[in-house]
Amino acid sequence: MDKKYCAYLCSGCGIGDALDMDALAEVVTGEMSMDCKTADCFCGTDGRALIEADVGEGVNTVVVGACSPRVMKNEFDFGDGTITLRANLREQVVWAEDKPAEDEEPHAEAAEFLNETAADYMRMACTQAQKTELPEPHKLENLSRKILVMGGGIAGLTAAREAAAAGYEVTLIEKDDKLGGKANDWRQSFPTKSPWTDLEDNPVAAMISEVEGDSNITIKTSTEVARIAGGPGAFRVTMKAAGTETEWDAPAKVTGEERELIEKGEMENPNASLVDYMEADPNAEIHGAVVMATGWVPADVSEYEHLGYGAIKNVVTNVEFEKLAKEGKVPANVAFVQSPGGKDHDMDFPYCNSVTSMVALKQAQYVCEDNDEGKAYLLYQHMRTPGSQELYYKAAQQNDGIFMTKAAVTKVEENGDKLKVTAENTLLGEDLDLDVDMVVLAAGMVPTTKEEDTINLAYRQGPAFIDLDLFDGYADSHFICFPYETRRTGVYTCGGVRKAETIDEAIDDATGAALKAIQCLESTDRGVSVHPRSGDKTWPDFFMQRCTQCKRCTEECPFGALDDDEKGTPLPNNTRCRRCGTCMGSCPERIIGFTDYNIDLIGSMIKSVEVPEDDDDRLRVVVFVCENDAYPALDMAGMRGNGVNHMVRFIPVRCLGSVNMAWIRDALSAGMDGAMLLGCTYGDDYQCHFVKGSEIANKRMENIGETLSTLGLESERCATQQVAITDYDKIPQIVNDFVEEIVEMGPNPFKGF
Amino acid sequence: MTDEQGTSGAILVVGGGISGLTAALEAAEVGNDVFLIDRNPSFGGRVAQLNEYFPKMCPPSCGLEINYKRIKNNRKIRTYTMASVSSVSGGPGNYEVSVEVAPRYVNSNCTACGDCAAACPDEIDNEFNFGMDKCKAAYLPHEMAFPRRYVIAKDALSAEGGEAVKASCKYDAVDLDMKSETITLHVDSIVWATGWQPYAPEKMDNLNFGKSDAIVTNMMVERMAAPNGPTGGKIVIPGSDKEIESIGFVQCAGSRDETHLEYCSHICCTATFKQMNYIREQYPEAKIYVFYIDLRTPGKYDKFREKLMADENAEFIKGKVADIEVQGDGVTVIAEDAVSGAKVQQKVDLAVLATGMQPSIAESGAPAGVNLDNNGFVLSDYANGIIGAGCAKKASDVVTTTQSSTAAALKAIQVSRR
Repeated sequence: MDKKYCAYLCSGCGIGDALDMDALAEVVTGEMSMDCKTADCFCGTDGRALIEADVGEGVNTVVVGACSPRVMKNEFDFGDGTITLRANLREQVVWAEDKPAEDEEPHAEAAEFLNETAADYMRMACTQAQKTELPEPHKLENLSRKILVMGGGIAGLTAAREAAAAGYEVTLIEKDDKLGGKANDWRQSFPTKSPWTDLEDNPVAAMISEVEGDSNITIKTSTEVARIAGGPGAFRVTMKAAGTETEWDAPAKVTGEERELIEKGEMENPNASLVDYMEADPNAEIHGAVVMATGWVPADVSEYEHLGYGAIKNVVTNVEFEKLAKEGKVPANVAFVQSPGGKDHDMDFPYCNSVTSMVALKQAQYVCEDNDEGKAYLLYQHMRTPGSQELYYKAAQQNDGIFMTKAAVTKVEENGDKLKVTAENTLLGEDLDLDVDMVVLAAGMVPTTKEEDTINLAYRQGPAFIDLDLFDGYADSHFICFPYETRRTGVYTCGGVRKAETIDEAIDDATGAALKAIQCLESTDRGVSVHPRSGDKTWPDFFMQRCTQCKRCTEECPFGALDDDEKGTPLPNNTRCRRCGTCMGSCPERIIGFTDYNIDLIGSMIKSVEVPEDDDDRLRVVVFVCENDAYPALDMAGMRGNGVNHMVRFIPVRCLGSVNMAWIRDALSAGMDGAMLLGCTYGDDYQCHFVKGSEIANKRMENIGETLSTLGLESERCATQQVAITDYDKIPQIVNDFVEEIVEMGPNPFKGF
Repeated sequence: MTDEQGTSGAILVVGGGISGLTAALEAAEVGNDVFLIDRNPSFGGRVAQLNEYFPKMCPPSCGLEINYKRIKNNRKIRTYTMASVSSVSGGPGNYEVSVEVAPRYVNSNCTACGDCAAACPDEIDNEFNFGMDKCKAAYLPHEMAFPRRYVIAKDALSAEGGEAVKASCKYDAVDLDMKSETITLHVDSIVWATGWQPYAPEKMDNLNFGKSDAIVTNMMVERMAAPNGPTGGKIVIPGSDKEIESIGFVQCAGSRDETHLEYCSHICCTATFKQMNYIREQYPEAKIYVFYIDLRTPGKYDKFREKLMADENAEFIKGKVADIEVQGDGVTVIAEDAVSGAKVQQKVDLAVLATGMQPSIAESGAPAGVNLDNNGFVLSDYANGIIGAGCAKKASDVVTTTQSSTAAALKAIQVSRR
């Protein structure tokens, strides 16, 4: 695009009172050779009209020096054909001025300091304008709108039905020879509506016939996924007969090191019998997105020896009892044990969530329905009937045949042809011995992903979702606000594979997963990113001629977006990419970049900062700031009048993972005195929206610190800090303390070289 | 003034808390046009008031920031604040909805420079902080407020205040003569994401809320714990600078109680464990007493509970609180221990009522075309394109809320594709 620039300096909101606007305009027109206009309120009607008139006259690259880019987004949107860049003069310069304490005199040069800071932000914004381009979305030539649903239980049936009802074609596969999953064995299901006291008919049969009668849905029973290759819009799905092994099964993960060992013949190739992961299966069926609803398996409860499962006849699991209830009559005296810990702990069985409390209540009702004198004993530590399920619990309390108490069950043993259950710490004020016909253990629902790869991706990073141990094996999201985000773009999970859910919950969950699958393929069709950079039209461009096959990008991508060839050359899959730029940050050859965000662009912004020599009051510290959390926190710090040292220059980045160490070198070789990274918390409770960005950046910074030492520079000139969006009162202090340290170290000795 | 708008396939989302934001964004990112309205001056709803989410102990504003950015970047969404539905007519595929937009007294010229608040001499109770502090009558609800535009509580403005506020604005943004407006929206379906309100603690006579500063609600604790809250992040006995040595959490304050809320509010147990975390950070030695019926921390929350129950200075009493007695300093929490049968009288410096969730719509009454259950929760009517989401539908945690709102987006989209 042939760019025509103009910069607009706003003097409103106190900016004009604090800054020398004429001098600032001279920086833009002189140094940056850009037209520059000043007004007292560019976001107002008149101000906008002025810019719009210029756009009408051909200006297509607009630099606005005013408030934070986080506000007035609509006001400064001049359409798809215009590039708009913002310099944050208000929140992060004028409002963030480091003012002296009440009893202190301001620095004699305070006003100059502020003007210099503002000038640097204008230099950076103008540089950014010169270096950026309008993005062209990456579109697939052949996009499939068909959705693959894996698993034909309640969740899978729902996902298929709901996607079909929105007009999408669905392939529903189920490894069993019939649809319905576990729910086929349920006699009745929980109440789902007011008055919440009555069991309902099991909905599964009706759901199956609905799905079978839907012309948008193709059903494949006795079928499994062998492997899934490709990405959103064009997943290549190889299916196989359930329980068989084929050469198209998904290859196991082989690390870079292992691959070298295999090549040297020093290690056996675990995938020797399989087709290479990059080979395209000509018989694969193409799908646009995947809903994984592979469900759960009943937990093994034989490890709790005191409860006797597996050793004593008539100690059964809740799943077994339900089947019994479905097929006939249940015994008249039954104890339901909800927690296995005896006197040691009061936890439920693992993988229960709040489902098994409701299951026990339901099954206690069967005992009373099937037997005139039926007695059900519910022994719990904590009854978990959240929401309106409480009303079902309350109704059960009114049932004379159901007896419930908090209790620590210490032993189940045979007693003639009956069973004796011993419990302590009950609400009766005494220990309890029960003689019953049967004991039912509230076994949990273990997700299929706990033991198996399940999704079977033919990806460089391996066939399974990664780091699921964080969620005890569930294919869950770590983001409270964004429950459907997985680390494999275009694959959304629901139902028992995500958490133990009731039928009602699974239906809701699966409907949401279907939405996300639809959204992913529609976004892919528009060539834009999905969450969290939804709508981003850019994508990473690789200058392959200079690639050294170091494999860092392939290995570090948090979303497994990159595959590779046998030499290790990365093969990008743009539709899997979330645009965080972690690959760009990882690349030692600096060959990866986006049209509006790349090594040269940020590097040039850094170099555009004026670095005075021989002036200890004018050291320069660059701080790369995560735009998702730390940057808004800085805006709020400004709103709250928390001052930032005048030697600091902030540069927002998509994610700390995208920070290439070349930028740190650029900063230090330009004579800057220190560099800091401000990003999100990492570790088990990570808050990074791109999962790994801040963690990876921290490692890279440790390494560069070592490099600095070898050059005779203090490694402490580089630092990384973990912050949260609410640290607006702390971040200025963190940054200012860092500046203090740099000041004590003295100027960068390479300044001026 | 009337402004008619709408395109085919449009969806109205009522309520802009985490649930409504999610439903609106998920639908808009598929490609549908969405109108998102909220009756408050800014979006974010209840979660904006929370300091941290359990069990990650991460700030809600982090996710809100991403969602606000998604809105700003998406031309498919139109937002209205201070707006509420006044009438609904038509049917699925062609609803006509009248939305009343209350006067903000600040127009779109506002740059959020803050001069009006600085100049305003009048103060009001800060609603965002449950009245624990004051804010100016010309104010920004909080720093994270989206949209970032000031609002004026005109009723609280003195004559001089009005003059001062008007005179302070360089951008002609203050308009004290602003009138309410009605806009008409044409939409295919309506998602009700009207959220919840804390159950009014005054309704429980035995708990004596309002009789002592030492009795607060869990939502008040959230605001106190927040760095931008009324106490700058410090949990205190409101109005006192006494160090807290003991604190009692009163679970099921209103919930699981036939005279108040008969259902379980789902989140209050885990929320109490979260707040134990806050307390521990600030008062490492304080005694903590939790009075409960059951500890409903299912699934992954049980690990969170286990960690906090290991706290040696915390005691857990299974028993619903019968009374809270007010003394000179501090209060006494009275309950019967259901296991030992003993009557427990525990004096504490601060009692925190784990008040339940009541659907907001329960109090205001069902709007046209919406059916509520006995407790005021929205009953979805998919055939008619009337869809409940989040805590308007059932008491739930944030994960369940965002998940159900995503589902609501698909149910709404289906109406447009019939």
